Amino acid sequence: MTDAASAPLNAWDRVKLARHPERPHTLAYLSELSPRFVELHGDRSFGDDLALIGGIADFDGIAVMVLGHQKGGNTKENIARNFGMARPEGYRKAERLMRHAEKFRMPVVSLIDTPGAEPGIGSEERGQGTAIAESLLTMADLAVPTVALVIGEGGSGGALAIGVSDRILMMENAIYAVASPEACAAILWKDAGKAPEAAETMRITAADLLGLGLIDEIVPEPVSADEAPREAIAAAGAAIGRHLRELLQEFPLDDPAAMRRLKDERYQRFRRIGAWREDAAVLAGIANGVLP
Amino acid sequence: MPAMREFLSRRGKFRPKGREDETGAPQIPDDLWTKCPSCGDIIYTKELERSGQVCPKCDHHFRLRARERIELLTDEDSFYEWDIALRGQDPLRFVDGGGSYAKKLEQTREKSGEDEALITGSATIAGHRCALAVADFGFLGASMGSVFGEKLVRAIERAADARVPIITMNASGGARMHEGLLSLMQMAKTVAALARLGDAGVPHVAVLTDPCYGGVTASYATVADIVMAEPGALIGFAGPRVIEQITKQKLPEGFQTAEFLLAHGMIDMIVPRAELRERLADILALYQLAETVSHGSIVGTREVGAGRD
Ligand SMILES: [Zn+2]
Repeated sequence: MTDAASAPLNAWDRVKLARHPERPHTLAYLSELSPRFVELHGDRSFGDDLALIGGIADFDGIAVMVLGHQKGGNTKENIARNFGMARPEGYRKAERLMRHAEKFRMPVVSLIDTPGAEPGIGSEERGQGTAIAESLLTMADLAVPTVALVIGEGGSGGALAIGVSDRILMMENAIYAVASPEACAAILWKDAGKAPEAAETMRITAADLLGLGLIDEIVPEPVSADEAPREAIAAAGAAIGRHLRELLQEFPLDDPAAMRRLKDERYQRFRRIGAWREDAAVLAGIANGVLP
Repeated sequence: MPAMREFLSRRGKFRPKGREDETGAPQIPDDLWTKCPSCGDIIYTKELERSGQVCPKCDHHFRLRARERIELLTDEDSFYEWDIALRGQDPLRFVDGGGSYAKKLEQTREKSGEDEALITGSATIAGHRCALAVADFGFLGASMGSVFGEKLVRAIERAADARVPIITMNASGGARMHEGLLSLMQMAKTVAALARLGDAGVPHVAVLTDPCYGGVTASYATVADIVMAEPGALIGFAGPRVIEQITKQKLPEGFQTAEFLLAHGMIDMIVPRAELRERLADILALYQLAETVSHGSIVGTREVGAGRD
């Protein structure tokens, strides 16, 4: 399975690697990459979500706010961490910490690793959709540089909620998708068993998404992260550090004009995304006053 | 002024509304009578039309197509449609069990009579100018893909430039899966445009209608300055069947209805369809008043207790 050089991995192989139980999660990254990490808890309104953690870290000499989904390493941990599926209080905590970061001019580093936001009765009662939307809104308008790295599963809106970033990176064996391949297969193929086919069609691998211009860089995993976690984490740290330094150089934190430029560029980055065309005949009709 | 050119890109008359069972639009056994799916009553179709497709017996709000909503809401002949030339593409060359997305788009356009799942434009409501973005559930379940997002963002940008409030009428099954991550990113794109609208101090009023789920609920629709819903509308992030399957719990009574959301503090109000136009007009008038006062002009000299005129 690790002999990636001889047989290229297909999308479904990547899905399995992205979900591999031995794959390092957010806290493993933090303990390798930051000599100092102070975790901050709670959304100040309902609770603390262990599936989405955050805190201030010394990252390669830069004080940053780190946000990350946290999966468990075993079943017991996974139950405590809700398998990395955040609830509204998780997104509200993330949103609170983003504002904290903005207040003290700390860049935000997001480590994305979730099957998706939790589908549940309590989550709906507490406004899962609204919580994600508010996190998106705050992040889109944040006056500090932001870097996101998908370290495992980038599962839909629950992933994007902390991923409206100036730079978006992916580990080589990470995936990022609008829905899980299983859900997509169940809906569009009417057969969840067609998930491998759906995974291929959905273009969810790092290489696919770089090709579509949706991410900036792939962090290579010559040996997949489940087998060589320290190497993968070191490569991730180097990539994040490089992007942070570039951003800080281009957009000095103490320069309000630079922060406006940063927000503008972030807006344009997301503004451009999409595939559409304008029907020439209709445009001509409008120009000539002939309505379709 | 480019903004004016946009205003003039008018589509013209409303097209006839194709009614389809799968959209939840009224099923018409014959021309005269319609069966209410909620109370089972047989309603005189003319009466249903007069009531804006609301059951007179049980108040069930039938789903409406986007153009029906526009017709009910806006002043006659005031609606100017924007971006009618925008067309979807098949960026992933997506082929599922039912064929290619490109073909599906083509078929859906023919069947639904619409080019995409969102209709945008400018209109007046009781004389108050506003931008409108209305989702059409009859077009692939009003799923949000690239064209949906682009149309909405252009509408938001025009609203911000013209300092005119935007009203979004929302229904959606979620993200357009056929466009993969491009669809997911429309959540970020639309919300980012709203952030700038907010910076400009221009209001966004969202009306949530049945059904409203997934990426739309988790993005632009729920971060409006005022969020309202139609009675009985189902609104949520995850669908009820998914939640039931995963949690193996029985869902509480009235789960994810507009009334449930109101009770949990997630929306500002529930507005029956018959009152929507008047309520929106009030809101637009109040925002207009706030804008006027904020520019230092206080015109009212009404005596205390005089009430509204
Ligand atoms: Zn009825």
